[in-house]
This record gives sequence, C-alpha cells and structure tokens, in this order.
Amino acid sequence: MRVLMFGWEFPPHISGGLGTACYGLVQGMNHHNQEVIFVVPKLWGDEEPLADFVNASDITIDYRERKFKKIWKNLTYLEVNSFLVPYLGPEEFKKFTDYAIHDRTDVDESIFSNKFEFSGKYGKNLMEEVSRYALVGAQIARDRKDFDIIHAHDWLAYPAGIAAKEISGKPLVVHVHATEYDRSGESVNGPVYEIERAGMHAADHIVAVSQLTKNICVRKYGVPAEKVTVLHNAVLDASIIKSAYQKKVPEKIVTFLGRITFQKGPEYFVEAAKKVIERDPNVRFVMAGSGDLLNRMIDRVAELRMGTKFHFTGFLKGDDVDHMYAISDVYVMPSVSEPFGIAPLEAVRHNTPVIISKQSGVAEVLKNAIKIDFWDVDAMADAIFGLLHYDSISRMFKELGGEELKKLKWEHVAAKLVTVYEKTLAQRS
Amino acid sequence: MRTVCFYFQVHQPFRIKPYRFFDIGEDHYYWDDYLNRNVIRKVAQKCYLPMNALLMELIQKYNGRFKVAFSISGTFLDQMEAYAPDVLESFQKLVATGHAELLNETYSHSLAALKSKEEFFSLVKKHQEKIKQLFNGYSPTVFRNTELIYSDQIGEMVAELGYQAMLTEGAKHVLGWKSPNYVYSNANKPELKVLLKNFRLSDDIAFRFSNKTWADFPLTTDKFVSWLNAIPKEEQVVNLFMDYETFGEHQWAETGIFEFMRHLPEAVFRNSDFSFSTPSEVASAVPAVSKIHVPTAISWADEERDLTAWLGNDMQDEAFDRLYELEKQIRKIDDPEILRDWEYLQTSDHFYYMCTKFFSDGSVHEYFSPYDTPYDAFINYMNVLSDFILRVKEKAS
Repeated sequence: MRVLMFGWEFPPHISGGLGTACYGLVQGMNHHNQEVIFVVPKLWGDEEPLADFVNASDITIDYRERKFKKIWKNLTYLEVNSFLVPYLGPEEFKKFTDYAIHDRTDVDESIFSNKFEFSGKYGKNLMEEVSRYALVGAQIARDRKDFDIIHAHDWLAYPAGIAAKEISGKPLVVHVHATEYDRSGESVNGPVYEIERAGMHAADHIVAVSQLTKNICVRKYGVPAEKVTVLHNAVLDASIIKSAYQKKVPEKIVTFLGRITFQKGPEYFVEAAKKVIERDPNVRFVMAGSGDLLNRMIDRVAELRMGTKFHFTGFLKGDDVDHMYAISDVYVMPSVSEPFGIAPLEAVRHNTPVIISKQSGVAEVLKNAIKIDFWDVDAMADAIFGLLHYDSISRMFKELGGEELKKLKWEHVAAKLVTVYEKTLAQRS
Repeated sequence: MRTVCFYFQVHQPFRIKPYRFFDIGEDHYYWDDYLNRNVIRKVAQKCYLPMNALLMELIQKYNGRFKVAFSISGTFLDQMEAYAPDVLESFQKLVATGHAELLNETYSHSLAALKSKEEFFSLVKKHQEKIKQLFNGYSPTVFRNTELIYSDQIGEMVAELGYQAMLTEGAKHVLGWKSPNYVYSNANKPELKVLLKNFRLSDDIAFRFSNKTWADFPLTTDKFVSWLNAIPKEEQVVNLFMDYETFGEHQWAETGIFEFMRHLPEAVFRNSDFSFSTPSEVASAVPAVSKIHVPTAISWADEERDLTAWLGNDMQDEAFDRLYELEKQIRKIDDPEILRDWEYLQTSDHFYYMCTKFFSDGSVHEYFSPYDTPYDAFINYMNVLSDFILRVKEKAS
C-alpha cells in the first residue's frame, strides 16, 4: 500500500510532539514494508530517509486549473492576518513572531509566483501557510497518482488532505493528535475549530490518539463514534535507560517537566507540593520548562514560602532532560487535558515512577502508574508521599514498567493503522 | 554657622553567578567573579578614579575648606582589594588628607538591622575592623545604615554602639512641616544626633542633573548656590547625600557633572555664607533642635522612601526569612567560607533585584539589576540559598 501523508514538521526540526509521533509512525510503516509519501511545508535536508519526502516549497502550483480555483475560493476565509499560533503561550509566541519577522516568507510576491516558500513554523502567517499548503496538496494529488489513500496529521494539514481528496477521489484519513479544546480549554479559536471540524467531517475515517480524544471528536465535533478508531501513540525506543548521572542533593526529587501552560496543570503540582512538604521536609520539587504561567507559579511558590524546596530550571534541552529524569524519584504529569502525553513514558524508561492525570490519553495505556484527577491535589499529594515512602510500590512500578513499554511500539501502531486503511478502502468499493 | 554636608555612598555587591538547579549540592562557589570584576573596572574608569582625583584637587586647592564624607561598604572594600587596588589607594590618600571622613555601616551592606541585633552588631564590628585595617587605624564616629534605612529602634542600637550621629532620609512623611535642614536627635536616645538628607537639593544633582525635560535644566553652580541662599537664614545644615556613582556613572562625564562639582565650591565661597562640613563636624557643632519620631523604618529608596524596594513582595520576604532562619546555626560554625557567603548573601542588592514595582521606580531597579526579571533573580538566589542551607546543616551538625 502507498500512503500520501501530510504533516507539518518532521524530526529533527520539530517544536512539539506532533513531529515525533509522525516520525514513529513512518518508522513503523517502514517495518511493515508500507510505502509513505510524506509531505511537509519545508524540508531541511537532514531528515532521516524513511519516506518519499516531498518538500511543499518545491511544488509548482498551476493556478489555471479550474478545480484549484474552487479550492482556493473555499480557503480564502483563512486569509486573515490572524496572528494565530496554536501551541504557544504569549512569550513563546513573541519569540516566534520576532523570528518570523526576520525570517518570514514574502507574501506579496508569492501571490503572483507559482511556488510558495513555506517557513514550516507556527508564525505570523500560519493561516496563509495552511491554505497555501492545501493548494500544494491539490497539486500533488493531481500530479502523482501512485497512492491509495491520504492521511493528514492535525488541523494544519487537514485542508491539504481535503484538497487532495477532492482532486484525486481517494479516501482520506485524518489523524487527531490534539484538538483546540485541549489547547485552549473552552475558549476555542473559531477558525481553527472550523478547520478541525471540516477535516473530521470530510474524512472517511478518523484516527484519535486516545479514547479521551475520541470522546472529544464525538462530543464536540459531532462525528459518529464508529467513524473513529483509537490508536495510542508509542515510544520510539522502549529500552530502559541506565544513566550514570548522579543526584547531588540528599533529598528525594519530585519532577514536573513540560510547558508551563494552562493545558499542563502546573498550579496543581505546586499546591500538591505544599501539602507534601508540610508532612515531609526532605523532598525537593522541580518544575522544568517554560511557558506563560511560569511567573505566576514562581509567585505562588514564594507565597507558600517553599522557595528553598521548590526549584525552577527553565527550559531544558538535550542531556539536561535525561539528567532531570534520571535524578527524579517521582514524575508527575497533572495535565488538565492531554490527548496523549509521551513524557511519562520517558520517565518510565528512566525507571522513575509516574503519577498521571486521568485526563490524559497515556493513562489509558500505562497500567503501572498512579492515576489521579488533575484537580485533586490531596490525592496527588498522597500519591507523591506514598511513592516516596513506601518502597514496595515504586519497586513494583520499576520492575513492571520496562515490560509495559515493550508493548508500546510504533510497529504495533502501524500494523493497526494498516488495518484501518484496509477497512476504509473496503468501505469505498 | 551655615554649612553644606556632602556624603557619598560607595557600594558594590558581590553579584551571584548563574547558578542552576543541577549545581545544588555540588558547586559551592556562588560569586560571578568575571561580572563583578568587570563592573568594578568599568565604574573605576568612569567614576571612582576621576572623581577621587577631582576631590583630591579640590581639597588641596581650598586647603581643607572643602570636605566630604564616604561610607564604603565591606563588600566594596573586598572587591577593591581584589580588582582595583589603584582605587583603594586613591581613597586611602583622600582619607589621609584629614578632609575626607569615613562612616561605619554593616560590613556587607545588609538588612540585618531589621531582623537581628546580634547579627547587626557583628557586621558593624567587622566593618570597624576592616576600616581600621585599611585606613591606618581610622575609627569613624558617625554611622550610616544600609540605604539610609532608619527607625527609632535602629537608632537606639546605633547609640548603644557609641556613635554620635547617624544619617537618614529627610522623608516627607516623617518630617511633615518640619525642615530637614536642622540637626535632630533619636526619639529614645537623645545623645544620638540624626542628620537628614535634603532630598530635593540632593536629587537635583543625583537624578535630575542631566534631565532635559526638567524645568531647571541645565543646572549651573550659580543656580544651585541661589537655591542654597533661598533657604531661610535660621536653617543651618544642608545635607547632600547621594550614591558616589552619581559622578560619571549615573550622570556621565559628558553631562558636565564633573565640571559642576569642580566649580561648586568656588561658587559657594564667592556667593554665599555657606561652608563645607563633614557629618561628625556637624554633629559636634550644631545642637539638636528636637527629637525626630520614626516608628516605622524609612530609607532613601524610590518615591515611597520605605523598605518596599527590598522587602514586601512574596519572593523578597521568603528569600529574606529563609536566609535569617540560618542565623542560629551559623553561630555554631567557624568556617571562613561559610561565614563569608553568609555575609555576602545578606547584601541588600539581592533583594532589590526581586522587586516587582515595575511601574514607578521599576526602571531604576532594572537599570541596576543583572537579571532580566525579578523572577529570574529570585530563582537564582533560591538555588544558591538551597545549596547554602545544605552546607550549613552539614557543618552545624
């Protein structure tokens, strides 16, 4: 089988989990000898050659094609200078726009040329890029007839998937890695919601990364439940990491590692920390990452007078991330809404017991973890205290965690995906 | 006797290096030697060396009729010894003329007076010894607490130490209708004289000198002397207290600040009946007109003239409380490095960097801070403090 896939980013040039998931999936497809044509807005040239990569910036669009005009017309409503960025808090957004201003594509000229130079980022011209990307989708679908099915990852690529379907008549699968409800709570961004909804309804079948996400698709986007298949994410490497990095402090360490934004629930971690420290002063809490709620968290920690026991590291990268996992005695992910959440699996790889919120997709696959409601700070504090003091549970988690990971491989996910493709194609004929 | 009393605060903190969470428990050296050395060298070129040379020139020219006073913090003395022996030598020469007076303060420019009498006394004693050692046995008789912080209670402690006078801010909310141009005394210990800063005339030089939107710009020596003359005859003392870095650093040489100072004594002698005096001369010669009541502490910082530049927000309060919780354990320790770090960590600047009063005086805070935000300052300080607590615990047990 040959799949035409539309993504937005691919390792090593990624800013979030989407690129990593696409990488894992393509790797899994390779394992089963399935061919993938993978389109991204911008190729950097240092991607691993796992697929037949197509650089959208290289595609010449034939604007005289009448069918394209129809697609273009449908997309013009996106052409607002909307300053819309899906995954970022205000501070990160500023960094991105600053970057985009210096590194941006020249819109005016490109309207009259036949190629469009994508930035492939989450910048100021995001909506413009999304709609141009749809035209690229249409062009590829017309030029290349060597594929059986179309697969689009997250809303940025849905318009491209829809366009490719319209031109080629081939079935479309959309892959929901996250929805606007996860990113923004109830205050959803209108145009983004509309694109997500259009993508889900235009699709012949939907893949959701968790039951939690499937429920959102059904409840908030009005798609029938039988049209959605849950395919949980997996880990790229399931081996246990034995780090030589040693902790330098005598206390036990409890860690939060992720973006410090509404979606990740950092405030619940802070409140739980206070409850634990009251009972056991020999613990240090670490909040690693940055985001728009960082300063508010610092203020709260000072207000609770636990600044010498609660530490902020800022954004960690490279080895520091591994070191952080390695020295942690407990890892907590208190996400308010997490479609999947790969970080706890990284913690398991480092033999660190994890506490995850029930509002996360990963809670559906990870058995050896303590699961709590994100808002239940008492339960969170109890769980942290328990894992720190009752060795038997953490020992058990450590022993079983490795076994569990082995079941979470991308090749298993890819095998299930092929079945989804086959069913979808069968429905068509 | 009508007189002008110049006093300069000379201070630099030991700034903390970027200290990460991963360093806690492993790296026990906290100070940013590179940054600290660079700041000292830069300010030495722009301010300390040229201004000391100018003062020496004036003292010699007027044969002692022009005089000034300094309080030089211990942290700055330590840094001069390490990075700027040339600056130290020029201060020593000034003091040797007999017309540059030195004041005492807490060794590490600390806020200890607000927290612990024992620690306060210990830091003052250490400063006395250091001044003695570096300035040929010099023994100050006037005291200046960190950033002119003063209250009735702090004044009492200073009286107990035997000083004849202490400097503070002529804060409006303390003075009310009263004038700062008199000598006052402590509310409970009348033997301690209190000299109040004339903040209008001081700030005309320290803050407004180069401000082109100021109605009185440009400030000339003649204009300044006319303001001195406008002060009612019965008001005897005009205290001009300011940061020494005013000259060449806050007000760059290009603004003409050095020329202003070079010609000020001449204009004062020619056109007024004012003389120049040091704080100890004022305290000895001028009787106190009344007691001054300062039940809650004042300082010379910001519009509010209170403690909110250093204490009051949650980050500052937590850092401050956590630090002083260690005092009892520190007393049991006899490790020179731990004691040094304990003192340097008390320096008020660390708390100043955590100030969140962004709107009015925040820009002034920003100017002096090595950090991007008060939050960064807090995180870095708390990481260091966390490591320090581990060391203290280990030593004390």
